[in-house]
Amino acid sequence: MRRLLTPALFLSSVLPALAADAEGGFPPFNAATFAGQLFWLAVTFGTLYVLMSRIALPRVGAIMAEREATIETALAQASKAQAAAEAEAQGLELALAKAKANAQAIAQEARAKSAKDIEGKRSTVEKDLAAKMAAAEASINETKAKAMGNVQDIAKDAVGAMIEQLTGKAPTAAAVTKAITSARGE
Amino acid sequence: MAQPGTIDPIHQFEIQKLVPINLFGYDMSFTNSALWMVIAVAVVTLVMVYGSASRSIVPGRLQSLAEIAYEFVANTLTGVTGREGMKFFPFVFSLFMFVFSANMLGMLPGSFTTTSHIIVTAAFAMLVITVVLVAGIIGHGSHFFGLFVPSGVPGWLLPFMVVIEVVSFVSRPISLSLRLFGNMLAGHIALKVFGGFVAALLGAGVASILAPLPLLLAIALTALEFLVAFLQAYVFTILTCVYLNDALHPGH
Repeated sequence: MRRLLTPALFLSSVLPALAADAEGGFPPFNAATFAGQLFWLAVTFGTLYVLMSRIALPRVGAIMAEREATIETALAQASKAQAAAEAEAQGLELALAKAKANAQAIAQEARAKSAKDIEGKRSTVEKDLAAKMAAAEASINETKAKAMGNVQDIAKDAVGAMIEQLTGKAPTAAAVTKAITSARGE
Repeated sequence: MAQPGTIDPIHQFEIQKLVPINLFGYDMSFTNSALWMVIAVAVVTLVMVYGSASRSIVPGRLQSLAEIAYEFVANTLTGVTGREGMKFFPFVFSLFMFVFSANMLGMLPGSFTTTSHIIVTAAFAMLVITVVLVAGIIGHGSHFFGLFVPSGVPGWLLPFMVVIEVVSFVSRPISLSLRLFGNMLAGHIALKVFGGFVAALLGAGVASILAPLPLLLAIALTALEFLVAFLQAYVFTILTCVYLNDALHPGH
């Protein structure tokens, strides 16, 4: 309020004094200066308008449009690169999963195969061992039988010799065998 | 002229001839007013033409200033008139920059405020209204005068409404010019008056203790005047945009 009042109060006190001024009173209302001001205003504003509309504004507008285009291009490039990187990462992940599955399958297969292998080998070895054991048993039995046969022969020989010593006359083999068999038979 | 020793707040508006020129019988002397018009144009040209000369994508200080000015006026204009208002952009931009730099340069001590003369502000206002009329008539022909005939008004009221609309249209350049002129004039007088109080109190013996009071007021007023210098340029510009909008889109 004070700001508005002060000039008004001031003007009311000053203007009468100025009215008597030889220069023609309050300067903004001095019509003698109007033509000159209008002329120079037209010249300066016209110059400004031409400079702005022909040079400055198109140039500044072009700079800003160029900047916007640059930023937009850069952003588009960045988002494209990001998409590419994402796709690549996805591909890598897929490959990784595939490789994992592959490796698991291979391991499974190898495990199964080795188990079968071992089983086969073991059964072969066992069969082999059983056969060998059977053979050994057979040979033992055979040897035993043979040995027993030999014992009989030795006994016959000993009996024949003993009787020859006692009687001076060798018994026949058939009589010896018959005697031994009857003795063994009880 | 004021007597020596007294403070005359009107003296700052005095037009002084620097180079007397006489054209076609008219006094076209190069005055202090003309000088400050030239300086205003030079400052704007420095910022806008020299500032943008490097055309850098990453702007320097001066180019930033030029771009801020460009965007500010462009946003003001398109905000009021829409995209089609951009054909008036050079005009509105020149207007804003001229008035703004003239107002701001007027804040320099010892300078002359060209916009504190009613003939200058009136010339701008008439220029704006002329542009509005010409653009409106070229763009819309007789349709443009529909601006003065509001729709949806009962027939018997229409003549009155038309008269009111015409009066309001005619008063536009008057208010446009008086607003800027009055603000610049009053502000500068107020500054000078308070400055004068300081000087007067300092020379008044014991009362000189009170001298800081008007000084503080003068400082506050200076800050306010800077705001007013910008605000009045902005108000002038935005009203120009509003009037141009009428030329682009007549009819209420």
